[in-house]
Amino acid sequence: MPTDTWVDGVTPEPGVAKPDPILVVDGVTRRFGGLKAVDVEHVEFQRGAITALIGPNGAGKTTFFNLLTGFDRPDAGTWTFDGRRMAGMAAHKVARIGMVRTFQLTKALSRLTVMENMKLGATKQKGESFARALLPPLWRKQERDIEERALDLLARFKLDNKRDDFAGTLSGGQRKLLEMARALMVQPDIVMLDEPMAGVNPALTQSLLGHVKDLRTQGMSVLFVEHDMDVVRDISDWVVVMAEGKIISEGTPDHIGQDRKVIDAYLGASHDAPTTAEEERQQLAAAEAALDAESDEREQLQQ
Amino acid sequence: MNWEFILGRSLSSAIGSDAAVFALAAIGLNLHFGYTGLLNFGQVAFMALGAYGLSVTVATLGLSLWWGIPIGLALSVTLALLLGLPTLRLRADYLAIVTIAASEIVRFVARSVSMRGVTGGSFGLSGFADEFYAVNPIPGGSYGFGVVQFSARALWVIAVAWGLVAIISLMVYVLMHSPWGRVLRSIREDEDAARSLGKNVYSYKMQSLVLGGLFGTIGGFMYAISQQSVQPDTYSTPVTFYCYAIIILGGTARVLGPVLGSMIFWGLLSFTDTALRQAVGAGYIPTAIMDGTQVGQSRFVLLGLGLMLLMIFRPQGILGDRREIALDAH
Repeated sequence: MPTDTWVDGVTPEPGVAKPDPILVVDGVTRRFGGLKAVDVEHVEFQRGAITALIGPNGAGKTTFFNLLTGFDRPDAGTWTFDGRRMAGMAAHKVARIGMVRTFQLTKALSRLTVMENMKLGATKQKGESFARALLPPLWRKQERDIEERALDLLARFKLDNKRDDFAGTLSGGQRKLLEMARALMVQPDIVMLDEPMAGVNPALTQSLLGHVKDLRTQGMSVLFVEHDMDVVRDISDWVVVMAEGKIISEGTPDHIGQDRKVIDAYLGASHDAPTTAEEERQQLAAAEAALDAESDEREQLQQ
Repeated sequence: MNWEFILGRSLSSAIGSDAAVFALAAIGLNLHFGYTGLLNFGQVAFMALGAYGLSVTVATLGLSLWWGIPIGLALSVTLALLLGLPTLRLRADYLAIVTIAASEIVRFVARSVSMRGVTGGSFGLSGFADEFYAVNPIPGGSYGFGVVQFSARALWVIAVAWGLVAIISLMVYVLMHSPWGRVLRSIREDEDAARSLGKNVYSYKMQSLVLGGLFGTIGGFMYAISQQSVQPDTYSTPVTFYCYAIIILGGTARVLGPVLGSMIFWGLLSFTDTALRQAVGAGYIPTAIMDGTQVGQSRFVLLGLGLMLLMIFRPQGILGDRREIALDAH
């Protein structure tokens, strides 16, 4: 449960000002043909907090993420990260100044080892310039330091015994862990997670949640897209709700759960939650079958 | 059938200058395709610029051969920039289209009538590499053993060409074991992931394109020197695909893959050629099936068959890692 008290002083309404915002977005729009995928008037994200971005399918959450991280260009709008103007900045520069993202469909670099994946994440590497790459003594020491840092992180994410395996051999959940650990190698100020729990079995979800909470403990800000309301309620300090490209609601998880506009947005557009006891049983059975399949697969891998 | 002769000829080809030239071009292509994932279908254009850069400098401009080297390299960098600037931001297939077109443009310009005064048109240029042979330190005579014999001139070309292969292979080895090489390989796997970790993907792709092109150009220098002539139609599209065959044969994304691949490619081509010729000559293959004039084409058919078998039984190539190929299937 969030321990911060800053939420007490903030009115739960769309676009409300935060006491210490790290990311401030103004008038960002993105059209795909006739469809306005993102149309955000004003939103602020609190520093050092875990903010969840939720909304029904097609609400524009991922597009909004892509815009903020430089992977897509908005038609209009500005935003500042730590006071720095970000509109028009290339994706790699966004990452370098401390805003790092992960992807909905995990992007493990399959034919690189787990350790290589991690080392790639480190910034300001001397050996990444062509001329210096040819003279190993210039970057050996830095490489060793990076490797040490990577080992620490891998141990934390319980991937250290996989360090020399190709990332492509990891299970789906392990790839999610690797992607998050790799993002931390960049030493970001804000971590943007696009559906970090998608396709992960419940046991691993708990571990992933723990890691996300750790980020906050270490002073990082977290913004994540998620569908699972239990997860959102469990870890987020603040929730921002998008529907049809707009921010329709903001507030603490408890407040959001009772907000009529949010319920309407979900029920009106698409409805994921079970409506009857029968449907709930079916969903539960499907989830358990998937879980069994995954644990079988893990056993096979370990053998 | 004289097996000693057949094997001797095959070995001569495997260690000959053509094998070294194609190894150089294939090392460049391996950097593009094997390590960075760039689909360059016009590696031959870089070779052609090397060959023409050198020969035009000497035969047309009347400058020293040594001036031809920086001129050829500069042309190569220019072409890489021209190809890369518009296409490297786009999807991989655009580069493929542009490079294959560019390589044909280079050839057609070189063989055009209006360029006859510069490039010699379809006749090409010749006799421009005397300065190279003048500095040959190897005393005249014939070197080798049995049927594998090289003249002092041929040995000089072979020594320089394989020397360049060794130096460039070492350079690629160092680069690929550096953080720079790690970034290239990450781009091959997933550009967006590399971008999300703060890597300037566009710049690295450009560096790879320029560097691999330069290796092709160096191959072009040696090709022109070894033949003492350039002809535009030597530099047609199949040359690029020989380079692809070579790296697939040897193992993509392996430092020595293109080197071994080129030796095997030229060795096998020579083997099938001499073996078929002898078999036809000795009457083992009746003329109803094949006569001497059809050997030239048939050897490529056999080589193609060999490549197909390789793809079925050893898809990773000779030096490749089977586990990597298995991951590709995902």
